[in-house]
Amino acid sequence: MRTPSRVAVTPQAADLLRRLRAVHGPLMFHQSGGCCDGSSPMCYPLGEFATGPSDVLLGSLDVDGAAEMEGAVPVWMSAAQFEYWSHTHLTIDVVPGRGGGFSLEAPLGVRFLIRSRMLTRDELAALDLA
Amino acid sequence: MTVYAPPGQPGSPAKYASRYDNFIGGEWVPPVKGQYFENPTPVTGRAFTEVARGTAEDIELALDAAHGAAPGWGRASAADRSAVLLKIADRMEQHLQTLAVAETWDNGKPVRETLAADIPLAIDHFRYFAAAIRAQEGSIGELDEQTVAYHFHEPLGVVAQIIPWNFPILMATWKLAPALAAGNAVVLKPAEQTPASILMLLELIADLIPPGVINVVNGFGVEAGKPLASSPRVAKVAFTGETTTGRLIMQYASQNIKPVTLELGGKSPNIFLEDVARARDDFYDKTLEGFTMFALNQGEVCTCPSRALIQESIYDQFIADAVERTRAVVQGNPLDTDTMIGAQASNDQLEKILSYIDIGQQEGAKLLTGGERVQLGGDLAGGYYVQPTIFEGENRMRIFQEEIFGPVVSVTRFTDVDDAVKIANDTLYGLGAGVWTRDMHAAYHLGRAIQAGRVWTNCYHLYPAHAAFGGYKQSGIGRENHQMMLEHYQQTKNLLVSYSPRKLGFF
Repeated sequence: MRTPSRVAVTPQAADLLRRLRAVHGPLMFHQSGGCCDGSSPMCYPLGEFATGPSDVLLGSLDVDGAAEMEGAVPVWMSAAQFEYWSHTHLTIDVVPGRGGGFSLEAPLGVRFLIRSRMLTRDELAALDLA
Repeated sequence: MTVYAPPGQPGSPAKYASRYDNFIGGEWVPPVKGQYFENPTPVTGRAFTEVARGTAEDIELALDAAHGAAPGWGRASAADRSAVLLKIADRMEQHLQTLAVAETWDNGKPVRETLAADIPLAIDHFRYFAAAIRAQEGSIGELDEQTVAYHFHEPLGVVAQIIPWNFPILMATWKLAPALAAGNAVVLKPAEQTPASILMLLELIADLIPPGVINVVNGFGVEAGKPLASSPRVAKVAFTGETTTGRLIMQYASQNIKPVTLELGGKSPNIFLEDVARARDDFYDKTLEGFTMFALNQGEVCTCPSRALIQESIYDQFIADAVERTRAVVQGNPLDTDTMIGAQASNDQLEKILSYIDIGQQEGAKLLTGGERVQLGGDLAGGYYVQPTIFEGENRMRIFQEEIFGPVVSVTRFTDVDDAVKIANDTLYGLGAGVWTRDMHAAYHLGRAIQAGRVWTNCYHLYPAHAAFGGYKQSGIGRENHQMMLEHYQQTKNLLVSYSPRKLGFF
């Protein structure tokens, strides 16, 4: 069985990511916590945000719908935050909005948003083995 | 009861311009690239003004102006700087209603809060730092009979300040007042969700400030905030926001070896010990108000008491009373002085809150009240309104661990004081906490054991000047609201002076 994924992207968000990539080059996400614009995914040019041992790579978003993952967008979260999130599956969506830290989409009048669901028992078991 | 007319309407105390430029060097300066963005009010969802969409070029102009002004302002006497802050406070007081209505329109919060809290607190804050800088002293260390160490406070120079949208004028004041008192020039970027009320404040006080001492550039984070935060031309960056941007700002600051102060939010526990229910008296009534404080400012407060911990022996009755008190919260037109909860600040904020209400239910938390978007009629139909919401669940759930930044409280039980401390500290954050008890021994023990920068004891959501505010753990670095903040905006100059005529004897 293929290892289930922790992250996904809606078609609307994938479309936005392709547009942003055309302007800014390869992209990444880091999930924010805390106040104001927090608890939201922040989108940056790949490498703009320095990840390290205190972060967890949740997965990569295939925004081209292709088998090869060349343009895939990695999604990171701090390891401490992951402790509390690990039982949920995250889908990155986009809604009309205004602002959000230094995230790239804000000037377009939209904001990336996390939608969550519980991982199933089978998914969790498979992820634990992976 | 008073219902204020929206800004610009007949009878309203406030009127916004149709367009705002950046405020640089004491002048209103159009953005270099000529772009503007629309600013909607969360009250109706409709745009009411447009604001400069600043970029790196505008930040450079603002930094030029600030560097031009900083040496003179830094040399001005403490008495002169203090006098400017006092005049700002007086001017704000003369226009309190104007600023309150303008703030409500930009942010969506109820006008009774802006009239009674946001603007009066901002006024007092300028007065506090006007006083603090007069009273500040350096120090002298007499190292021996003929050697003296003098310590002087010197301003940093030009500082960057990035302001959140939940209390636009008050949060700007928290950062501006100490920076200006300490003799710095400032480049300030408001949040793009609430760029306008600060500009109305600047219109009111522009004649009081030497040109270039305060510069305001609006725009989006990635286009204006990032060039400001990453500039080698600023001596310090102060930021209130969330953890990922906080880390990014530290990363930029590390490249320039500059200090930062950060306030990054929390998931504050509000703890109710069983003795609060010993009598149905004024104190019990105050305690229920303390629980309901999660709805203050629509929950858009870094210290929102978003986790309520209730001792199991009183749980059933207390939560029943708390639900009843929450259901009595009046939601409606933010410009009505009877309204207790207004609009969330933006559409994406509304969507985020609804997404958390969704995952809370999926995780098995029980919805005790609220949980829905509210559609108000008439002119308010396009606004962003959410019911005050109470969940019952477990501290491991995501709604107990993440800052929803909405009027949502997650409630759980504890057995004894040690259990309360354990649950309270089981969080990434440590900004605020509340303790409610008639037993001052328990209050002291809890207050010291909770890992948070502020523990409100038998009160909540008070923000007076002269009480230090800031975070433990991932809630940030530094403190605000206290004279110690002056040192966050100062360098220490040490003159080490020998009064001995004799050589050391090495050479």
